[in-house]
Amino acid sequence: MAEENAWRKIEGDEEVVRTCAWSPPGCHPVGCGVKLHIKDGKLVKVEGDETHPITQGRLCVRCLTLPEYIYHPDRILTPLYRDPKDRGKDKWNPITWDEALDIIEEKVNYVKENWGPESQVVLQGTGRESTLYASAMAYACLGTPNQSSPLSGQACYGPRCTVADFLLGAGYPELDYAAFFPDRYDDPRYEVPKYIILWGKDPLFSNPDGFFGHAIIDLMKRGTKLITIDPRVTWLGVKAEYHLQLRPGTDAAVGLGLLHVVIGEDLYDHEFVEKWCFGFEDLAERVKDWTPERVAEVAWVDPDALVGAARAFATNAPSSIMWGLALDTATNGVQASQTLLDLAAICGYMDVPGGITLAVPASFMGKWRFEIINKLPAELKAKKILNPKYLAWNATATQAHDDAVLDALETDKPYPVKLVWIFSSNPLACCGVQPKRWLEALKRTEFNVVQDVFMTPTAMGACDLFLPLATYAEHDGVVLPHFGRNTHFLGAMNKAIEVGDCKSDIEICIAVGKRLNPAEWPWDTAAEFFTAQIKPNIGLTFEELQDEGIHMQSFEYRKYETGGLRPDGEPGFNTTTGLIELKSTLYPDWNEDALPYFEEPFYSPYSDKISDEEKAEYPLVLTTGGRVTASFHSEHRQIPSLRAITPDAIVEIHPETAAKYGIEEGDWVCMENSLGRAIEKAHLTTKLDPRVVHAHHGWWYPEQEAEEPNLYGVFKSAVNELIPHDNCSVLGWGAPYKNVICKIYKVNSLDD
Amino acid sequence: MSQEKYGLLIDYEFCTGCHTCEMACKVEHKLPEGQWGIELAKIGPREIAPDVWDFKYVPMPTALCDLCADRVAEGRWPTCVHHCQAQVIEYGTVSELARQIDKQKMVLFVP
Repeated sequence: MAEENAWRKIEGDEEVVRTCAWSPPGCHPVGCGVKLHIKDGKLVKVEGDETHPITQGRLCVRCLTLPEYIYHPDRILTPLYRDPKDRGKDKWNPITWDEALDIIEEKVNYVKENWGPESQVVLQGTGRESTLYASAMAYACLGTPNQSSPLSGQACYGPRCTVADFLLGAGYPELDYAAFFPDRYDDPRYEVPKYIILWGKDPLFSNPDGFFGHAIIDLMKRGTKLITIDPRVTWLGVKAEYHLQLRPGTDAAVGLGLLHVVIGEDLYDHEFVEKWCFGFEDLAERVKDWTPERVAEVAWVDPDALVGAARAFATNAPSSIMWGLALDTATNGVQASQTLLDLAAICGYMDVPGGITLAVPASFMGKWRFEIINKLPAELKAKKILNPKYLAWNATATQAHDDAVLDALETDKPYPVKLVWIFSSNPLACCGVQPKRWLEALKRTEFNVVQDVFMTPTAMGACDLFLPLATYAEHDGVVLPHFGRNTHFLGAMNKAIEVGDCKSDIEICIAVGKRLNPAEWPWDTAAEFFTAQIKPNIGLTFEELQDEGIHMQSFEYRKYETGGLRPDGEPGFNTTTGLIELKSTLYPDWNEDALPYFEEPFYSPYSDKISDEEKAEYPLVLTTGGRVTASFHSEHRQIPSLRAITPDAIVEIHPETAAKYGIEEGDWVCMENSLGRAIEKAHLTTKLDPRVVHAHHGWWYPEQEAEEPNLYGVFKSAVNELIPHDNCSVLGWGAPYKNVICKIYKVNSLDD
Repeated sequence: MSQEKYGLLIDYEFCTGCHTCEMACKVEHKLPEGQWGIELAKIGPREIAPDVWDFKYVPMPTALCDLCADRVAEGRWPTCVHHCQAQVIEYGTVSELARQIDKQKMVLFVP
């Protein structure tokens, strides 16, 4: 048994290792406090750590069932290789890590020599620990400028962060839930928000980006009231004082309407607007016509609720807003996000107690992971795969454009892609739009690598080398809530057990980096790597961070007054004007309107971009992706205790709509539009508008046939088949994952 | 005088239906699939008047609940109390818990 230390205690015949959770299994960097109970080298139980300042012992079902995940018989415990000619067939052979690294070295060098380093692409998923290291694999290991994701328009977090960069010059604006204070809500500096607008967000089950979802409950118990903006009446929507049940994809119209009321009724913070905002008069002019009646017509929102919500929010300081994924998953989401930031700004809720916290973006490794691209030669960086039409993206983004990468894979333009490294992601089952296209596109390469915990449809269908990942209980690491963009603590992740021959994402980077680019990889262990990254920022080695457990960050409010938001230390915001740009000084250079506006989703009942026949054929609005507690996106489907909670992919349909189409509770239902079809099981509920259906995302069936063409049934419930490719905003960010159209009809089975 | 009874006080105004109590209990007591020591009941969601909804979860201890006697003997909370994400389950003597019922939507179970 290992020695006791600050984070490892002996209790009877068990070791108890205190650590912060991240991934795998997939999750966001909330860094929940856990105590791992180890007996005879095996994890026997996970208990919540009651000393953790945020989670206080609380855990969700996914950490509670971690032993079931770690010791699952289907877990991959050694690298696997399969001849590329056998893609789609279950012909994997176990190999050693040395053999895997030999293969990687040979294939990477072959591809580089024949097609250049730029013909390699690293694709990442969302939320997981791998988010911190995928760019290192691209820039510092493989030496390619092409790091991207299969997520159209980077439609998760990227759009919101980018809009915040452009308009606020600040990192991710987050609800102030006293996360920076060790004594939390009792800190004398803190004030409880009077209202929180939850906009396109159901944080209880998404725990987004480092926010502990049930902190909303903490605040509700302390008197916070809710305003929810959501096409579904969620549990939080039921509790809300105002629920704005909008048509999916019309968030910008709702935002313009809220601004119309707040400005029209003179409810805004004059002093803050005069001192710290740019473009107010033009914004006021822009929202003048957005009367509640017009919003009701466009967005189906009750005009009285809209007015009530606007008044309650603006006249009850401090109040706050949380912005959700729905702002990213819309072509017009960039403008919706602009209205949201404008609303919070003119009400004076930026960086005040109980409002919205701001931070200097990209501290800690958030900075390193992007700056490492500067190690590449300028002419190689210039070869990054981009779409010329996305001027803003091309001028500012580090990553290759997601949709342009699929185009390049399919067309060999601007050049062929010959090696894809799928860095802890399962795009066929989850984030890729048009997953059948992705499968065929991935098959056109010379060599594909994937790293994951379980065999997935993506690995089975398109990859040649499978590298097994270690769970968070099996590796050293750090947890960085908000990926360094507004980070209240840095948490240590402590290796407690070893299972099979698995490595973490950063351990894979180190092993591959040492082979391919040793100059950039002087570290032998993850711990050495972390010390090098965190010591310059917080003065701690990794071991010292382990002893401390959670390193809280200091925080000050109203940093725009003290110079805390700008690199030059001057007061104001880090934008061109030094002010919050209600009207962007950057957008016009990128062919984008400086002010927020509403645009119909491309596939909508009112779109003028598709024919009347198409609109008549597909009369319902389809939204997707509401979260459930028993899975993280496409993960956890093979964990029996979790699958028992959510056994099937569910499409939610209003009973009136279901009756019209002869559909009953539990029937298999096909959703179909001009792009594709998917089958899920009907659940009838009045929490949706009868004109809207909502479908689960991320479904595949690990219990089914693995080989092609079935591929674990991945295309049966693939609702992303109904989502268009490259339907992004003018700036290049955002894609309509949550707002297209469809028809529905009853089918006999999942296989119909 | 008989020994004081212990119970679970549940504030179901704030139970979010996250299943943590069920799962924490299942792994603590190593219950087989389909067996629970505490189980969620769901009410709604249904609209009982325009824009007025009834949508609640209530965790209910089953016949298998022993109020985590082993944990309590070690000075720890029952596992559902410890892990509840909404912190809506309290453990204590019936008389202590009864005194805490100072609002609507609370229920006291004596398993």
